Amino acid sequence: MSTLICHQEKLNESNIQALVDICPFGALEHKNGTLEITAGCKMCKLCVKKGPQGVMEFIEDAATTVDKNSWKGIGVYVDHVEGEIHPVTLELIGKAKELASVVNFPVYCVFIGYNIKDKAQELLHYGVDEVFVYDYEELKHFRIEPYTAAFEDFIQRIKPSSLLVGATTIGRSLAPRVAARFRTGLTADCTTLEMKENTDLVQIRPAFGGNIMAQIICPNTRPQMATVRYKVMNAPEKQCEPSGKITLCQLDPQQLVSSINVLKVTHKQIEENISDAEVIIAVGRALKSEKDMAMIKELAQLLGAQIAGTRPLVEAGWINAKQQIGLSGRTVKPKLIITLGISGAVQFTAGMNSSEQIFAINKDPLASIFNIAHYGIIGDLYEVVPQLIEDIKGSKLLACAR
Amino acid sequence: MKILVCIKQVPGTSKIDVDPVTGVLKRDGVDSKMNPYDLFAIETALKLKEQKGGTIQVISMGPPQAKEVIREAFMMGVDEGALVSDRKFAGADVLATSYTISQGVRQLDDFDLILCGKQTTDGDTAQVGPEMAEYLGIPHIANVLSIVDLKDTSIQVEMDMANTIEVAEIQFPCLLTVEKDIFQPRLPSYKKKLSTKDREIRMITFKDFQDNNETRYGLSGSPTQVERIFPPSVNSDRETWTGTSAELSAQIADKLKQLKFV
Ligand SMILES: Cc1cc2nc3c(=O)[nH]c(=O)nc-3n(C[C@H](O)[C@H](O)[C@H](O)COP(=O)(O)OP(=O)(O)OC[C@H]3O[C@@H](n4cnc5c(N)ncnc54)[C@H](O)[C@@H]3O)c2cc1C
Ligand SMILES: Cc1cc2nc3c(=O)[nH]c(=O)nc-3n(C[C@H](O)[C@H](O)[C@H](O)COP(=O)(O)OP(=O)(O)OC[C@H]3O[C@@H](n4cnc5c(N)ncnc54)[C@H](O)[C@@H]3O)c2cc1C
Ligand code: SF4
Repeated sequence: MSTLICHQEKLNESNIQALVDICPFGALEHKNGTLEITAGCKMCKLCVKKGPQGVMEFIEDAATTVDKNSWKGIGVYVDHVEGEIHPVTLELIGKAKELASVVNFPVYCVFIGYNIKDKAQELLHYGVDEVFVYDYEELKHFRIEPYTAAFEDFIQRIKPSSLLVGATTIGRSLAPRVAARFRTGLTADCTTLEMKENTDLVQIRPAFGGNIMAQIICPNTRPQMATVRYKVMNAPEKQCEPSGKITLCQLDPQQLVSSINVLKVTHKQIEENISDAEVIIAVGRALKSEKDMAMIKELAQLLGAQIAGTRPLVEAGWINAKQQIGLSGRTVKPKLIITLGISGAVQFTAGMNSSEQIFAINKDPLASIFNIAHYGIIGDLYEVVPQLIEDIKGSKLLACAR
Repeated sequence: MKILVCIKQVPGTSKIDVDPVTGVLKRDGVDSKMNPYDLFAIETALKLKEQKGGTIQVISMGPPQAKEVIREAFMMGVDEGALVSDRKFAGADVLATSYTISQGVRQLDDFDLILCGKQTTDGDTAQVGPEMAEYLGIPHIANVLSIVDLKDTSIQVEMDMANTIEVAEIQFPCLLTVEKDIFQPRLPSYKKKLSTKDREIRMITFKDFQDNNETRYGLSGSPTQVERIFPPSVNSDRETWTGTSAELSAQIADKLKQLKFV
C-alpha cells in the first residue's frame, strides 16, 4: 500500500513549521519536535514536492494494472425519459467520436428502455458504429437495479475502454452505481476530455463550486468513466444517411427485478427553460424597480432572447427561481448572453462562463464580470439599454426596407 | 425504524485559491463546517423519526476533527454518531470513500434507511451515495424532492427527472440522496448541546473492518488520480469599451449584427 512517511531525524525547528504551513489540509501536526501525519492527510504529496528535501517521503506500491488492450471502444449512455432522447446524448457522441479518432476506436451506444427500437434508428444518423438496445417493459421507467444490470451486461459484452454518461438526474444516479460495480473510477461533471495514445482518458473538472479545476486520470482500471453536463460538448451534424448497426440484447428475467415501483409520472409544465436558450438577457441588482423589467423585456423580444438573472432578483421576486443562473440556479451555455448590471460573483459566473459570446454592461470598471466578458461595456444600463433598443429597431427597419 | 445519515466535514469556504505557479491550494483559515447539503438529510431523518419513531445515527469519514460535525448533528437531535478515521484512508477518491464508509456502516447496524446529501461543497461529485448503495447491496433513489408517504416496509418519494416528476415507492432497506430544500433544517439547539456534550462518539478504524485488504482503501484503493489542480482559466480575448451611451449602444448593435444576432 502506498504510504507517506516522515523522516523525523531530518526535522529541525525551522523545517517543521515550513511543513506545517505547506500542508493545505492541516494534516501535519507539530508535537514536541516531531511531526505527526493525521487522518486529515489527502495524500496530495505537496509536502514531498514543496517541502524541505528528503523529510517527507512517499512510498508508492506497484499498482495492479489492467490489460488496456482488451478494453476497446468508447461507449455512450443514451439518456432518455420514456424514449425521448436527451440532447446531451448527441453531444457525448460528438465527443466520443473525437476521442475515438485518436486511438482508432469504434463508438458504441447503450440504450436501455422500453419501446425504443425505433428511436435507436435516430442515433445512426450521428455516426455511431453500433447501438446496443435493451428493450423490456420492466425498463420503461428508470429503476436503479435493472438499469445497472443492463449497463453491466453491456460492459461485460463489449469491454469498452471509456464510457461517457450525461450528468442528468439519471446519469448521476446510474454511473456511480456502475462504477462501483466494476470498481473503477468515475470523474464527475467533466468539462474537458482528451485521449492519450495509450488510451488513458484525461479528464478535467471543476470542484469547490468552480473555484478550482482538477485534471484526473484513471490509468489502472477499465472502463474509465466520466459524466458530462448538458451543453458542455458539441453535437455532431446530423447525417442524412444512417450508418452503423443496431443490436438487440437479452437479459435474464431475474436481472429485471426491482424493489422500486414507479407510481406516477407527471410531466412538468412545458415552460421556457433558460438552459435551452440560445440567447439570454441576464439582469442583476442594478435594476431599480420591477417596472424596469418592461425595458428588459423589450430588448429580449427584439433579440429573441429569454430573460434570466442573478439571485437577488429572484429574491426580490422580479424573476422566478427557474430563471436564476448560477451555482444554486441553472447552468446555461447560450450562443449569446448579455448581462446588465451584474457584478460577476463566482456563484453567478459558474453558471454561465462557458457561454459563447458574453456581453456585459456595468458602470463599475472594476466589476469582476469584466474578467469573463468578451465584450465589456462600461456604462449605465439605464442609458445604454434604451438607446440600444432604438438602434436595433432602427437596423431592423432598414433590413426590411432593403 | 433505524435511520443512518452520512455527513461530511468540508472547508468553511469554497473560495479556495490555487497558486498558479506552485499549484498549491491557498486556504483562507482552516475553518470547517458540516457539508450544508447534509443538513437536509439530517432534517429528513428527524422528520421521519417524528412520524414513526426509531433511532437516528450519523456516520462520517474524516480526520479526528470531523467529530465536530457529529456533535452538531447531536445538537439537532440525532441519537448516535460514529467517526470512521484512519491514516490508511488518506487520499481516497469516491470509490475508496464509498467502500470505506460502507465497511463502517457494517460495523454499526442493519439500517432501514440510509440518507445522504445531494452532494458536497468540496469534492462536489454527488457520487458517494449511489456507490455506497452498490457496496451495501441495497437499491437507491437519488435527487429526492419530497417524501410522499412513509410506510412500515417502504417509503414513497418524489424524484426530479428533468422533464417529469416521478413518484416512486422503494422497499427498505434502501438509500436516498435528498435535494436541498426537501425540509428546512432546524438550528442546533443549545439545550441539546448541553445534554449531549458527553455523549460518546464511536470511533471506527481500519482494524475494525471486516475487509482488511489495504489495497481497497485510501490512495491505493482509488482508481482516479488527481494529476494537477489549477485555477479556472480567464478568457483572454476580451475587449472593454468605454464612451458615451450613444457610442456604446451603436457599438453593441453593430457587433450583434456582425455576429448575426440581429
Ligand atoms: C452558496 C451561494 C450560492 C449562490 N448562488 C447564486 C446563484 O446561483 N446565482 C446568483 O446569481 N447568485 C448566487 N449567489 C449570490 C452571489 O454571491 C452574488 O451575491 C450575486 O450573484 C450578486 O448579484 P448581482 O450581480 O445582481 O448584484 P451585485 O453584486 O449587487 O451587483 C450589481 C452590479 O450592478 C452594477 N450597477 C449598478 N447600477 C448600475 C447601472 N445603472 N448600470 C450598470 N451597472 C450598474 C454595479 O456596479 C454592480 O457591479 C450565491 C451566493 C452563495 C453564498
Ligand atoms: C478537486 C477535486 C476533484 C475531485 N474529483 C473527483 C472525481 O471526479 N472522482 C472521484 O472519484 N473523486 C474525486 N475527488 C475525490 C473526492 O472528492 C473525495 O474522494 C470525496 O471523498 C468524494 O466525495 P464528495 O466530496 O465528492 O462527496 P459527494 O459524492 O458529493 O457527497 C454526497 C454525499 O455523500 C455523503 N458523504 C460524502 N463524503 C462523505 C464522508 N467523508 N463521510 C460521510 N458521508 C460522506 C454525504 O451525505 C454527502 O452529502 C476529487 C477531489 C478533489 C479535491
Ligand atoms: S500529502 Fe498533502 S495532505 Fe498529506 S501531509 Fe502532505 S501536504 Fe498534507
